[in-house]
Amino acid sequence: MSIATRSLPRTIGAHAILLTYTVIALFPVILVVMNSFKSRAGIFGAPLTPPTPKTFDLIGYTTVIGQGDFFHYFQNSLVVTVGSLFFVLLFGAMAAFALSEYRFRGNTLMGLYLALGIMIPIRLATVAILQLMVASGLVNTLTALILVYTAQGLPLAVFILSEFMKQVSDDLKNAGRIDGLSEYTIFFRLVVPLVRPSMATVAVFTMIPIWNDLWFPLILAPSEETKTVTLGAQLFLGQFVTNWNAILAALSLAILPVLILYVIFSRQLIRGITSGAVK
Amino acid sequence: MGSLKIENVKKAFGPVEVLKGIDLEVTDGEFVVFVGPSGCGKSTLLRVIAGLEDSTSGRVLIDGTDVSVTPPAKRGIAMVFQTYALYPHLTVRNNMGLGLKQANTPAAEIERRIGIASSMLSLEPYLERRPAELSGGQRQRVAIGRAVVREPKLFLFDEPLSNLDAALRVNTRLEIAQLHRRLKATMIYVTHDQVEAMTLADKIVVLNAGKIEQIGGPMELYNAPANEFVAGFIGSPKMNFIDGARLGETAKTIGVRPEHLTVDPKSGAWKGTVVHAEHLGADTNLYLDCEKAGLITVRIFGVYDAEPGATLYATPEPGKTYRFGADGKVLK
Repeated sequence: MSIATRSLPRTIGAHAILLTYTVIALFPVILVVMNSFKSRAGIFGAPLTPPTPKTFDLIGYTTVIGQGDFFHYFQNSLVVTVGSLFFVLLFGAMAAFALSEYRFRGNTLMGLYLALGIMIPIRLATVAILQLMVASGLVNTLTALILVYTAQGLPLAVFILSEFMKQVSDDLKNAGRIDGLSEYTIFFRLVVPLVRPSMATVAVFTMIPIWNDLWFPLILAPSEETKTVTLGAQLFLGQFVTNWNAILAALSLAILPVLILYVIFSRQLIRGITSGAVK
Repeated sequence: MGSLKIENVKKAFGPVEVLKGIDLEVTDGEFVVFVGPSGCGKSTLLRVIAGLEDSTSGRVLIDGTDVSVTPPAKRGIAMVFQTYALYPHLTVRNNMGLGLKQANTPAAEIERRIGIASSMLSLEPYLERRPAELSGGQRQRVAIGRAVVREPKLFLFDEPLSNLDAALRVNTRLEIAQLHRRLKATMIYVTHDQVEAMTLADKIVVLNAGKIEQIGGPMELYNAPANEFVAGFIGSPKMNFIDGARLGETAKTIGVRPEHLTVDPKSGAWKGTVVHAEHLGADTNLYLDCEKAGLITVRIFGVYDAEPGATLYATPEPGKTYRFGADGKVLK
């Protein structure tokens, strides 16, 4: 920003608004993390104060690590998230490439059909999906979750990526064709690297709902073997007694992997969001 | 060797006909330029020759073999694109060598050809760089080098100079002309710039609205245009077209090139007022609003002092006027 367009009151105003929003957005997260380090009495006595030497307690974490197979749940969540993410990006990018690159009958219609999933929540079909999984013997497997999440993530991925694929220079693809590269090589070696920022955007938007989902693990894979973290945390949520220490600790731990994945993608993400806005 | 024959090629995108039956023959070693206004189908024709676009009907023959269904890589062609289209992840060396590698050429042979091409285009210092580290002119030279190493039967250039600035454009134009002289290869060059067409071509193909208007050498097109379109397209400033009826002529339109008009302050054929004068040093362009002929351009060699508002008489040089009929064709 140049000096000419900067004025102190406006800067203060803008920062005040942004800071307020940040505080509101982060408040619940901070509350969860803070209270996960406190004893039960500490949580209920003064929920809004940070842990003091008197209330500091790691009982939540020891419960989570000691009880149940939390490491295993984490592993399940990671397998499901990374697996779905991989398939969403792979198939989404390929479909987007086909839609943006090739002229064929029904191209527009196919694009619309693939984008339809954005408007229709996949949860409406839960019963049908469950029947399908029962019939194909996939209940209580991680495969079931990966399949469902891939289907859930694809529409948005195809929609966003096909827009970006259209911007990749035709000349470059044609140069590849003249040099004798196959369509797959053109796709993987020339096009994908150029749309990487937008793929990171899609990855983040796809990843977070999958990691946080409770619905499909609960219905399709509730067995001990296949529990995900969000489902595992329910273990401490009883009808009469709720182990708040453990729940808060489990949730705090659940934030970590997404945070790590986000940091990996975020540099690309910012470029993806701003690309097109500035040259 | 590299001859090309195009037989009645048509191309339609849905209901829109872009090429309406093109017939053309290019002999070995010729430099042919396709020129025409934007949207005339010249790039589409080039892409049909390259195999990047299928023609709706008609045949394309390279060296006498029908290549209509041959993939681009197997046609023995190389193409230089307007946007350079270098592979961003490869060094200059690998950019040039990729096509040969794909065709399973031995590594030593690839090295040899890259060596020749890079010395020809003075690219040796940049062989290990990536395209992002090169300037526009260097990038276009790499793109040309990538075409040269393939030793193709046919070079295709798709407006290769459009992205370069004016000074660089002249240099690169010269390089392409020298390249043609050295390689003696058949080249097909697409441009919308008639100066490039005139300076480079052995043979110019003027296209308009999906049809060939005229084929001929640069001077042939300049001296004997077949119709009003070619007459107006070749030559700068553009030829003056005057309504025949206003001059009392039987022809529908009379055409005079600006350089074939002389001016005199006292007497002449058409009396007019100077509207605007462009002083370029080597020549002067005058815009005259004439009573009989309407607004015309006059190109005078050297410096000529004329203020807007002054009265001048313009006279066409004898034998240098063109007469066009109602269908736009030249009347003999």
